[in-house]
Amino acid sequence: MLAFLLRRIVLIVPTFIGVTLLAFALIHLIPGDPVENISGERGMDPARRERLLHEFGLDKPLPVQYIEYVGQVLRGNLGTSLTTHEDVSTEFLTLFPATIELAFFALLFSVIVGLPAGIVAAIKRNTVADYAVMGVSLTGYSMPIFWWALLLILFFSVYLGWTPVSGRISVEYDVPATTGFMLIDTLRSGDFGAFRSALSHLILPSIALGTIPLAVIARMTRSSMLEVLREDYVRTARAKGLPRWQVIVVHALRNALIPVITVIGLQVGLLLSGAILTETIFSWPGVGNWLIHGVQSRDYPVVQGGILLIATIVITVNLIVDMLYGVINPRIRHA
Amino acid sequence: MPELATPAVGTGAPPGRLGEFWRSYAQSRGALIGLALVVLLVLLALFADIVSPHPPNEQYREFTLTPPAWDPGGTSQFLLGTDPVGRDILSRLIHGTRLSLLIGVISVAISLGLGIVLGLVAGFFRGLTETIIMRVMDVMLALPSLLLAIAVVAILGPGLINAMYAIAIVLLPHYVRLTRAAVIAEAGREYVTSSRIAGAGVLRLMFNTILPNCAAPLIVQATLGFSNAILDAAALGFLGLGAQPPTPEWGSMLSSALEFIQRAPWVVTFPGLAILITVLAFNLMGDGLRDALDPRLKR
Repeated sequence: MLAFLLRRIVLIVPTFIGVTLLAFALIHLIPGDPVENISGERGMDPARRERLLHEFGLDKPLPVQYIEYVGQVLRGNLGTSLTTHEDVSTEFLTLFPATIELAFFALLFSVIVGLPAGIVAAIKRNTVADYAVMGVSLTGYSMPIFWWALLLILFFSVYLGWTPVSGRISVEYDVPATTGFMLIDTLRSGDFGAFRSALSHLILPSIALGTIPLAVIARMTRSSMLEVLREDYVRTARAKGLPRWQVIVVHALRNALIPVITVIGLQVGLLLSGAILTETIFSWPGVGNWLIHGVQSRDYPVVQGGILLIATIVITVNLIVDMLYGVINPRIRHA
Repeated sequence: MPELATPAVGTGAPPGRLGEFWRSYAQSRGALIGLALVVLLVLLALFADIVSPHPPNEQYREFTLTPPAWDPGGTSQFLLGTDPVGRDILSRLIHGTRLSLLIGVISVAISLGLGIVLGLVAGFFRGLTETIIMRVMDVMLALPSLLLAIAVVAILGPGLINAMYAIAIVLLPHYVRLTRAAVIAEAGREYVTSSRIAGAGVLRLMFNTILPNCAAPLIVQATLGFSNAILDAAALGFLGLGAQPPTPEWGSMLSSALEFIQRAPWVVTFPGLAILITVLAFNLMGDGLRDALDPRLKR
């Protein structure tokens, strides 16, 4: 078991090195060097340029620069934003709870709806219910989520007036950000109105972001259930005369869930990627929104640091999922 | 096949490989719908200049934000209405089909070509070459696709062509992995050995002997890659990192009309619908192809 875990951890080291190389290359592949980008259109006199290049360590050979860069990264120093002059990792950490909150609720939505939908589709195979679930999930899978988000806003916020259009909370509430998670912060402040406001701001973005994972989870649950329902032990359970629900929930579902759990874990990458679009549309103050602003304003330290951090998170979560899968399913462990 | 007792029904000849494939493909209604839609989209793209009622960038200043024809305020002159500067939305959507399919063709072609070569090399030579290629692909797979595309666009600069390169890079690891896996599975087979003994060179072994037998999963992946390419290109266009206005690309059409969403929902509704239908068509076709070409993968 320990050997398995260690092997998995060792395997991701090259991946981490690759990601730092990519982030490092990002700054060096863009047209012009960072000093040129700071100086802007007006240009800069050669002596000052020389001094700045030296100051940033840009006059050293590339391999040396790379090693120094990795050293900085390992110490948690990702540079300073060119637009806000704030520390990039501090900015990321301030904004990240908003993204986690959104991604968590999106995942919750997709599991709560996707899992039962997949189970129903498998049990009622080749019925209207099955076709409906599969049709909806294929549509969800093909959905441009930025457009889907706009449709949701148009219908629920503009036409029905049920939910707010954008942001995390109404401007009338001023809640101290102790944890960064709006729901927790509002609860701690004891202002129930603020909590309701924060919750209502979460609904549409979560649905928009959760739609693709929902489709993936429903499809995976269905096919996994269909496979398990054909197994001998399910037939045995039925032959013993167990009630139908008990066969489905206790015997089939527990085994069918193994691949589904993996798929749920693997949605994290998709959620962070989708958060970029969702946050842009709902003006959600998270890391996706921040990263896009960074790209648009050519704030390269932000782009570099953001990509590095998001990639690191995705790799780490995938590793954890992978290891959990090994724990649940011994066949993988010994492969 | 000479002198077999012919069955009473049909033409009598046994179905050829193509016929057999078609029979299997046509079993799925979804696959047929997908194929029909794709054919329609290709025709629209090819004959965009003839089919569209107006030039895509012509501005009819007296008709800005005209609603669709079925709306009381609409006119039959502009079936799906006009955008904020008075351009016909239907015509722009039809021309956008051309762009979207072009993005799909070019990015899939680049990444499929490169992916096949890298996958063949990795699967054929193994060893250090394979390790290096596959590790690089792992890094690329570790990044969420849109994030990787954004990183590439951040390097190359925004624009339609760069968006295509970015998407090609995002799709690449899938083809490399598929090709490599198929090559490794095939390389030990007897027909490969006998071809080698017969004196076939490395290139011949790679491209003529092994590659055709790995085609099925690649065709399926290419079709699904098409829908990913169109979706990602639209997302990049929407974020202002892909095609730039006034190009009638669906994603950038959508984002440039964003401020009018409340007054004129149609400027946002139709481009999105076009993206959804196109992506759905390719996904349906891809699923159908997978079931027909590779029965083992059938769910």
